[in-house]
Amino acid sequence: MIKIENLHKSYPIGKDSLHVLKGLDLTIEEGEFVSIMGSSGSGKSTLLNIVGLLDVHDEGNYYLNGQLIKDLNEKKAAMLRNKFLGFVFQSFNLISYKTALENVALPLYYKGLGRKERSKIALEYLEKVGLKEWAEHLPNELSGGQKQRVAIARALVTQPKVVLADEPTGALDSTTTDSVMDLLKEINDEGMTVFVITHEEEVAAQTKRIVRLRDGIITSDELTKKAKAV
Amino acid sequence: MFEIDRWAEIFQSIRKNKLRTFLGAFTVALGIFIFTVLFGMGNGLKNTFKEFFEDDATNTVVVYSGRTTKAYKGFKEGRRIQFKTEDYELLKDKLGSRIEYITPRVFRGVNARYKREAGSYTVRGVNQDDQYLEKTIVEEGRYIDQKDIKNKSRVVVIGRMVKKDLFKDQEALGQFLQMNGINYKIIGVFSDAGGDNEERTICAPYSTLQLIYKNSDDINQINLSFNKEIGVNGAKQMVREINSMLREKYAVERTDKGGIRIRSVFDDYEQNMQFANLLQFIVLWIGIGTLFAGAISIGNIMVFVVKERTKELGIRKALGATPGSIVGLILQEAILITSIAGYAGLLIAVFALSRMGDSLKDYFITNPEVSTSTIVSATIILIIVGAIAGFIPARRAAKIKPVVAMRED
Repeated sequence: MIKIENLHKSYPIGKDSLHVLKGLDLTIEEGEFVSIMGSSGSGKSTLLNIVGLLDVHDEGNYYLNGQLIKDLNEKKAAMLRNKFLGFVFQSFNLISYKTALENVALPLYYKGLGRKERSKIALEYLEKVGLKEWAEHLPNELSGGQKQRVAIARALVTQPKVVLADEPTGALDSTTTDSVMDLLKEINDEGMTVFVITHEEEVAAQTKRIVRLRDGIITSDELTKKAKAV
Repeated sequence: MFEIDRWAEIFQSIRKNKLRTFLGAFTVALGIFIFTVLFGMGNGLKNTFKEFFEDDATNTVVVYSGRTTKAYKGFKEGRRIQFKTEDYELLKDKLGSRIEYITPRVFRGVNARYKREAGSYTVRGVNQDDQYLEKTIVEEGRYIDQKDIKNKSRVVVIGRMVKKDLFKDQEALGQFLQMNGINYKIIGVFSDAGGDNEERTICAPYSTLQLIYKNSDDINQINLSFNKEIGVNGAKQMVREINSMLREKYAVERTDKGGIRIRSVFDDYEQNMQFANLLQFIVLWIGIGTLFAGAISIGNIMVFVVKERTKELGIRKALGATPGSIVGLILQEAILITSIAGYAGLLIAVFALSRMGDSLKDYFITNPEVSTSTIVSATIILIIVGAIAGFIPARRAAKIKPVVAMRED
């Protein structure tokens, strides 16, 4: 599903440049539940942005669903994001003036679906995350956990190939963290590839494969007990 | 551009962000309101000027004589040119139907007396046409007529102030006014919009004055008005003809500024046109300046709007919005708001101007108004300005990487 070969990325800082990713090789198969672990500055967010087509790499090859990602223009990237990727962010990133339902329906608008169809599908996904009754509420009327579940519903609504979650539990307390992780696990069980970025060991432990990143290099890549248990 | 879904998005964004929309719309409406009102006032100024011009711009031509300043054809400079009655007759003859009215004028300063009251006045010797040239209003009796001229009658028509000075509240008509010892019968009293000075004048037949003073046929000047049907160019041509006719007759060099002088509306014409152009220029710059200020404020609002929406736009991009759709979203909203608000400002301004009417006439503003074409072009300019002002920040917003945009709070 995701194949990365010798990936490099630097950010220019004045005259110098900061070498963030120093030649990563990573392959994620369809249906995997992978977490990228690392402290801040390890390059994990950069990796997610590149995988999520929100940023471009300098060197190396990146294949998404077998397609080589190279010289994408913005429009193409937007289409690929819409088609293959679902995002879940630490700060939820819901649009504040739209209801839960409208937030979930938004990716479908960019996919070009009709209004009624959008609402119908969005409502199905809200039901899936257990928030059907909250469909008409605005994000600020929801709790943190609820917001993140709306965001997950939004990430899923286009039936992407991969769900990318950037510190999905970073802003949540431990109870809601568990419920959000359970939801991601559930999605994974249905066959979705889930790609989580975190710095919390407990969160990583709930995934099936942990890739540890340090100073732009993969230091370890191993299956968790959970994966072995299945 | 016209898909229903995008409009739905825009209306939702407007509905849910009322303060932002209101601020933007208010700025635009205010800008256009000020623009239109100022423009209307500018037009009002121009109207006043036009009125002045048209009022003042009578079709009068005055021909004077004086001393030459250049030696010519064997004559020395400093020679005094004296018009005669025959010159008046020459002009009257040669110009024919191109002139409306024509009168010779002879001026004399006199000491006028009635019983015990006396005063110094100017007597103007004229013919019957002078009444129309001077726009004299006959209040009592009659004006000088052809018979008076022919008979060299000792009659006068006195100004309202002369009557007031010498007769107080008594009847003046039919009385005899003594001027430099000679009695003249008062046949009329006139008033004039020209004011007190004009009304302190005494009019008499020019032939009478010529007879009494020196028994000559000297005249001081010739006043005439051209027939408006000959148009501006015809009138200019006529003035040139009078000039060359008299210069030839009295051997005055063509470029001599003395000798013969002709005053007409065309002397002031260039100056008047310059003033009109200056006014137009000022009005134009007021307009451009206000529109420019309006454009800047629309731009400001748009930058603010985009800044505020950066995060939202980043989210939209992450969810699959193309840069084009982002630009379209912002732009359409900007154009919608500027058009509606601008139009509202325009309507209010037009209404205000029409209410104002002539109430500011004391400030030289007559009937301030804006033409339909101005309104239409202002609206179009506004929409274009709104589009440009929205486009630049929208494009920048569309270029921001979603990661960067979403980091904003």
